[in-house]
Amino acid sequence: MHEIAGADFILAIGTNTTETHPVLSLQVRKAVKEGAKLVVADPRRIELADIAETHIQHKSGSDLALLNAMANVIIEEGLWNREFVEQRTEDFEALSQAVKDCTPEWAAETTGVSAETIRETARAYAGAEKASILYTMGITQHICGTDNVLAIANLALLTGQIGRENTGVNPLRGQNNVQGACDMGALPNVYPGYQAVNNPDMQQKFEKAWGVELSPKAGLVVGEMMDAAYAGTLKGLFVIGENPLMSDPDSNHVIQAMDKIDFLVVQDLFLTETAEKADVILPAASFAEKNGTFTNTERRVQRVRKAVEPIGDSKPDWEILVMLSNAMGYPMQYGSPGDIMKEINAVTPQYGGITFERLEKQGLQWPCPDVDHPGTKFLHKDKFARGKGKFHAVSHVDPDEVPDEEYPYVLTTGRRLFHYHTGSMSRRAKGLAEAYPEEYLEVNPKDALKLEVETGGKVRVASRRGEIEIPIRVTERIQPGLVFASFHFRETWLNKLTNDARDPIAKIPEFKVSAVKIEKVV
Amino acid sequence: MDNLMVACCSKCNHSLSNPCKDYILCRTEGPICHDSKECKEKRETFIGKVDLAEDKPHRRVLICAGTGCISSGSKDVHSEMLAAVENAGIEDCEVTITGCHGFCEQGPIVIIEPEGIFYGGVSADDVEEIVEKQLKDGEIVERLLFTEPNSGEKDKYYRDIMFYKKQERTVLKNCGHINPEKIEEYIIAGGYRGLLRTLCDFKALEVIEQVKTSGLRGRGGAGFPTGLKWQFTAQAEGDQKYVVCNADEGDPGAFMDRSVLEGNPHAVIEGMLIAGYAVGASEGYVYVRAEYPLAIKRLQKAITQAEQFGILGDNILDSGFSFRLKIKAGAGAFVCGEETALLNSIEGERGMPRVRPPFPANKGLWQKPTLLNNVETYANVPIIMEKGGEWYASRGTEKSKGTKVFALTGKVNNTGLAEVPMGISMREIIFDIGGGINNGKKFKAVQIGGPSGGCLPEDKLDLPVDYDSLISAGAMMGSGGLVVMDETTCMVDLARFFLTFTQNESCGKCTPCREGTKRMLEILTRITEGEGQEGDIETLERMAKSVKNTSLCGLGQTAPNPILSTLRYFRDEYEAHIKKKWCPAGVCTALTTFKIDPEKCTGCRRCAKNCPVEAIKGEVKGIHEIDPEICTKCGTCMEKCKFEAVYKG
Amino acid sequence: MSEVTITIDGQEVTVPAGTTVLQAARMAGIEIPTLCHDPELTSPGACRLCVVEIEGMRNLPASCVTTAGDGMVVNTISPDVMDARKTVIELLLANHPEDCLTCERTGQCRLQEYAYHYGVRGDVFHGDRTEFPIDDSNPFIVRDLNKCIRCGKCVRVCDEVQGRSIYSFAYRGFDSIPATAMDESLAESECVFCGSCVSVCPTGALTEKMMHGVGRSWELEKIKTTCPYCGVGCNFDLNVKDGKVVGVTSNAESEVNGRALCVKGRFGYNFIDHPDRLTKPLIKKDGEFQEATWEEAINLVAEKFTQIKQEHGGDALALFSSARCTNEENYLANKFCRAVLGTNNIDHCARL
Repeated sequence: MHEIAGADFILAIGTNTTETHPVLSLQVRKAVKEGAKLVVADPRRIELADIAETHIQHKSGSDLALLNAMANVIIEEGLWNREFVEQRTEDFEALSQAVKDCTPEWAAETTGVSAETIRETARAYAGAEKASILYTMGITQHICGTDNVLAIANLALLTGQIGRENTGVNPLRGQNNVQGACDMGALPNVYPGYQAVNNPDMQQKFEKAWGVELSPKAGLVVGEMMDAAYAGTLKGLFVIGENPLMSDPDSNHVIQAMDKIDFLVVQDLFLTETAEKADVILPAASFAEKNGTFTNTERRVQRVRKAVEPIGDSKPDWEILVMLSNAMGYPMQYGSPGDIMKEINAVTPQYGGITFERLEKQGLQWPCPDVDHPGTKFLHKDKFARGKGKFHAVSHVDPDEVPDEEYPYVLTTGRRLFHYHTGSMSRRAKGLAEAYPEEYLEVNPKDALKLEVETGGKVRVASRRGEIEIPIRVTERIQPGLVFASFHFRETWLNKLTNDARDPIAKIPEFKVSAVKIEKVV
Repeated sequence: MDNLMVACCSKCNHSLSNPCKDYILCRTEGPICHDSKECKEKRETFIGKVDLAEDKPHRRVLICAGTGCISSGSKDVHSEMLAAVENAGIEDCEVTITGCHGFCEQGPIVIIEPEGIFYGGVSADDVEEIVEKQLKDGEIVERLLFTEPNSGEKDKYYRDIMFYKKQERTVLKNCGHINPEKIEEYIIAGGYRGLLRTLCDFKALEVIEQVKTSGLRGRGGAGFPTGLKWQFTAQAEGDQKYVVCNADEGDPGAFMDRSVLEGNPHAVIEGMLIAGYAVGASEGYVYVRAEYPLAIKRLQKAITQAEQFGILGDNILDSGFSFRLKIKAGAGAFVCGEETALLNSIEGERGMPRVRPPFPANKGLWQKPTLLNNVETYANVPIIMEKGGEWYASRGTEKSKGTKVFALTGKVNNTGLAEVPMGISMREIIFDIGGGINNGKKFKAVQIGGPSGGCLPEDKLDLPVDYDSLISAGAMMGSGGLVVMDETTCMVDLARFFLTFTQNESCGKCTPCREGTKRMLEILTRITEGEGQEGDIETLERMAKSVKNTSLCGLGQTAPNPILSTLRYFRDEYEAHIKKKWCPAGVCTALTTFKIDPEKCTGCRRCAKNCPVEAIKGEVKGIHEIDPEICTKCGTCMEKCKFEAVYKG
Repeated sequence: MSEVTITIDGQEVTVPAGTTVLQAARMAGIEIPTLCHDPELTSPGACRLCVVEIEGMRNLPASCVTTAGDGMVVNTISPDVMDARKTVIELLLANHPEDCLTCERTGQCRLQEYAYHYGVRGDVFHGDRTEFPIDDSNPFIVRDLNKCIRCGKCVRVCDEVQGRSIYSFAYRGFDSIPATAMDESLAESECVFCGSCVSVCPTGALTEKMMHGVGRSWELEKIKTTCPYCGVGCNFDLNVKDGKVVGVTSNAESEVNGRALCVKGRFGYNFIDHPDRLTKPLIKKDGEFQEATWEEAINLVAEKFTQIKQEHGGDALALFSSARCTNEENYLANKFCRAVLGTNNIDHCARL
């Protein structure tokens, strides 16, 4: 993470870093202060754009066109790193063919960004000594999210801006332990350590470790679970520390699905919107009331330490899981999270050497296969996980929903500095709630004029899936035709509007583009 | 030819893109590259018209257009003179403006050449008489001549005036004699010869050697050896270096830098060019306070002209050396005269001093090696390079070479700028050049070096004035402000006055200066208000020592000097204020009572009639008395009494 | 890198070239007091508390900005140095409220500590004091300029670490203050309340509003942990008193973030004991939640899940795990789902 500060060129695309990862944004600021060139690509004029040399304000959902056009320039102008491409990558031809027609002029139309800006950015990226790309959900929350990420990887491979200090492709994880949850197998297709459930060897390994028979069939992702519930095939659901009612797209659909579930168990700190639907609620302990580890966006495993006793009769999630497992006839015997970590060490190669004893002093970045391993600062140094870096021919597709006469505006969603996720924690944190009490919709002055609404005035926003009322704030930071708000607030339940169309591979919903209509509330 | 700097004929091919190394000499002694009688005549005619040598018969009327004379009306004198000369049909008489003569209290000053007649206090109404008598008939206008304060005699000629007689004008030589808005006058007067010699005959290191040999020390205050500073900057590593001129003249009463910029701006440009060549800089800044609009205007004009003729810019005089100069107007904070605060200010930051080291020579403007000297220092450089370091070093004392300009002010008869050789005694400056104390009062002390300096009492008057002797006497050269005080000055009040200035000007960065000057000022104020306490002197001494020892920059380190030196020489006055509740000089009103001497009072009632608060009682022809309860100590009674019966006690 | 050897208070110390006298002294275990110095920020050399005597140097240089030179002889405890330090403290106290009894910073205040250590009383000067209204216009930071000693750490941390430059010195001399643009309140400024300035302030000029009155510094137990908000993984100290989390403070030892935090990390903690917290298992009966014992709740869940598994197979069950849970808990959730519920239907909110 401190590496970012050493880059001399940074492309921040689809990441509102100063609000979503404030402390990481300090590294970007530091780099800029020390002379790095920063290019921000975001449909909104986010705060980071204020310190950027260039702000590419492309249309929401046009990232792929932009990235491919950059690849086009790098190849056409011979700016690519021949040595790196030859030695470390494969399928260059495929990419070369795919982006052949993606000229900056072509992309200018799709993205709304001038061909010259695209050219200059491509040249600067390729020409930089140490260039780094940062992205978050502005890239992934599209139906072409996977392709977007591959297009970014293409650029890094083309120019060799990867595997060296201060370079690389840096996806920033949104929540405290998203990385850890993925590492620990809270995914339908992999066991801990990304060991595939449909790989017989892995299946066998875990069957042996856990002493039970396991299914080789990949499970359902969140959205598919909702569809299954809606269809009536999913009967029982156990929700731990999540609030899908508010966080998932097309909330009305989620609500209907939840209503159809026979038995819903919610384990949480608060009576969330989802918990209200539960049959049983299990009170969980907060981070301050338990021991354990979190893994941050740079794969650094760090300690969480118990500072106070769990409030009331609440219990840490792990204790509840142990109780439940025992009650269901599968004995679990762990005296502490440290005991669980020992089991993790044994079955998760990347975590092999990450013990509580070592973490007492400092965090460790995985892969850390054994107790003598110092951890790994950056990946892909000499070699990619799969051997050679593969170029992927990807091409631009329009978002699932494009504005039309009836729904002329594009709604894009995100987060605010003062709040977190569905607000269950941050809205109960006194100062935060006071400093940012309610949400508003960002509207361009031109649109505000059309809608005849001023800052503070209320509008009704409707999509094909639902509608909400929300006050607006008129701001130049957003382009005409685009509106923005966060999903933190129940009062302005944004996900009632969003589209649950998903990327076919990563299954990430397209939160960043929904067609909506807006009218003034009188 | 209406401009000396233009080509004589098509054979001259000097231009900005194709510079000629002989350009400067060519304009006065040329043409050099070809032999042409016609061309030579062109040059000589032009030079003849404006030649400054006094034996040339050409008639000129020089009207001072320094800030002082302008404020006393010299612009009107100038326009009136132009019209009058034309109306009178006088031919071959040039009316022109000049920079400051440094004798501003005599302004507006008009000099008639070739004779060198000095007229002071000239108003627009006097112009006709000057034209009619002086210019037409050669008859001197007696009433406008300067009267010597001591002898009462009138001086006809500039050269006879005592104020100038003991001066050795080097830096100020051209001030008052050339039109500062014309580059050719500077060149005719011998300007840019130092630069020429530098570029033709010296390598950068040799220039530094010359400056070191000259013994020149910084004229801005601390007296750091200039050559050494140049050497440090030259040796510092950096892809870009800067030469900066400190023209943030801020000491109360000091105006020598302004005079040089207004009267001889090219000398500063020339000095900076030579410095740039020596240290390897290609860019320079002159930091001038915005309160000097005329200096900025003249300097800007000079820069523009130098650029037009290829003396500033790329490949100057075909030497391969390039240099550009910019002016940065400062907002007038005293602390910006401190070199690192000045650099911050140029960079657009708040004018607060930086920690030294690193010194600007290594990390200055934008962290690049930077040479910083003040106006007077740079103005000394051309003559060093023209005549050589050894020539320069032949004047002055062992460790202080050359001349120094002082701004003489206070209770002396002649106030103004005096450029004198180092080592001259203070007595000569005050009593010969300054004409002694006015109104026949007794000399008490002289404050030297402004608010950062100290005072010298009578018994130090014969001290030779140079950097080191002043320091050992508890004062400092500073920028050269001299404030002369007579017996009516209270030394505690004086210290309070200077401390008020430094306290106001403290930037607030370091604790001792920010808080310490405030507390010292509070104590001084208390003493002058009659609230002095036992122990105040000791507290002041302790504070002064700490503030001096621990402050971050020169402003704080020198701020206690006025206190320390007044305590050193006039401790009894402090004690009188504190213990006897008495102000010996009768300045501190809270410690003063006005009394009427019954022996002298004639009962004229003049005092009582003029008293604004009716504090004086007494019958006509009876003895009067002042009621101290009512008296506001305004001093009107004392002023109005014709019999000197009112006194302070 | 070359080394230099200097003598400090008679003790020879060899340090790398470029080390400051202050650093060298600290390496040798010699304590020199500082107020404006901070190892993570540039040194302005402004407070002048760290002055020392160095042979051959005029005046008393500030050790924090003086580079150790080979052969240098430094005295950190000479009478002149002690006098100078006392004077600096006296001067600071002369314009500082003496309300240590109620000041939030008591016990952690550097000025208080040094005044005590050097035996300086606040009554040496009786002159003007600056008077500023207290800025508590926002929920997070109380700014009491009356307690400000102009060390400028807030100015520098905001500029050098946070890159925001909310503060800059304004006005001159005795009236100078670190001010926001146009000298407005923090609430009106562009401040995002990361609280870095609070974490470096040596006195009570900047304090955490929510920590006012909750406990004296020496009563607070500090437990280092990892932030529960975004994925950056900042570490900080939970401040605990009487079994309650009463505040968050920076921990300079944090690998990822040092002392930097954002508004959520530093000020977003009091959801922990919010009255809305669920404290008992709840079972819905006739549409209403009723409190239950753990045994009742666990048995009911076990029974229902077992029943669904038996009737419809494991794939009729699913588990949402959480990015807010620990690794150990996610591991158990994964194990529970696959081994106990018998399905791979496990996911979490990574995509949201």
